[in-house]
Amino acid sequence: MAPVAPRSGDAIFASVEHVNAELFTLTYGAIVRQLLTDLEEVEEVNKQLDQMGYNIGVRLIDEFLAKSNVSRCVDFKETADVIAKVGFKMFLGVGASVTNWDADGTCCSIVLEDNPLVDFVELPDTCQGLYYCNILSGVVRGALEMVSMKTEVTWVRDMLRGDDAFELQVKLLKQVPEEYPYKDDE
Amino acid sequence: MGREVSESCIDSLLTEMVSSYCNRFYSNTPELAARRIEAIGYQVGHQLSERYTMERPRFTDHLEAIKFICKDFWSELFKKQIDNLKTNHKGTFVLQDNKFRWLSRMSGDPSVENGTQDPESKAAQAMSMYLYFPCGIIRGALSNLGIPCAVSADISSLPACSFVIRIKV
Repeated sequence: MAPVAPRSGDAIFASVEHVNAELFTLTYGAIVRQLLTDLEEVEEVNKQLDQMGYNIGVRLIDEFLAKSNVSRCVDFKETADVIAKVGFKMFLGVGASVTNWDADGTCCSIVLEDNPLVDFVELPDTCQGLYYCNILSGVVRGALEMVSMKTEVTWVRDMLRGDDAFELQVKLLKQVPEEYPYKDDE
Repeated sequence: MGREVSESCIDSLLTEMVSSYCNRFYSNTPELAARRIEAIGYQVGHQLSERYTMERPRFTDHLEAIKFICKDFWSELFKKQIDNLKTNHKGTFVLQDNKFRWLSRMSGDPSVENGTQDPESKAAQAMSMYLYFPCGIIRGALSNLGIPCAVSADISSLPACSFVIRIKV
């Protein structure tokens, strides 16, 4: 079978079904607000948003692989680049950039200057510890885990906290070799 | 044209929101999970209707407001209008969408089918939980227009979905 050329984030985004971003943004905002009411602790809300993101990432990776024709990335550098340029673009319609590589190429930052999740959002003083976009870090972590990469994903900069961009630090903890999923004697 | 995101974004977010509320936060109390999901929809509907009516004159009666929900409001959300509107002229309105987008794209959760219960009824249960969200949206939108009401959904003829609005008098 002839290899299929990988598609650009722009090309995929142009070809998928779209919805009004307002509906998405306000729905996410309403979920965060409801979680704050129900769970009370900001820390717990951060945790749950991350968990929701993780679950989404685990499922979204299939759509990503199917639509992007991305083949196996040679290293973590290429993986990070693909997430930023293709992943973010094909779902959220915004591109991201990759910077701040460490010396051994296992830790970098994904920087988002535009983020549809935070349109019309302002955090009240009572929510200062909230990582409003924590669902995104969960998505990245969940999706990478499905392609055998254990990562730790944390926010370094957050525009809702007064920074000039959103910066997501992605640290590769362990690359699990792919195994045959069944064991013979069990 | 306004900003857009991929449809998978909203689909994944809604699926995960419903599953978090039903399976994690209120796994033993589905009626509380339902109320929370409806409340999230209510907030969204309230805010959206505020935005979409900003530059419009006030609606003079209930029917006009309901028509706005069927046409403009529905089109903003689903890129199509409600297909059929019925009323008994006593404050009950039935809005039918012949192919409700959020149901036609909803895929069954595989974990649901592993349960001991009949998968059909579990799937139906998950779907009815999911529908609290659009019901909340409609109730929120109408409440923002000054019309208090109760909204329920009927999926007896899938993929069509009917929303029954009962205006409180």
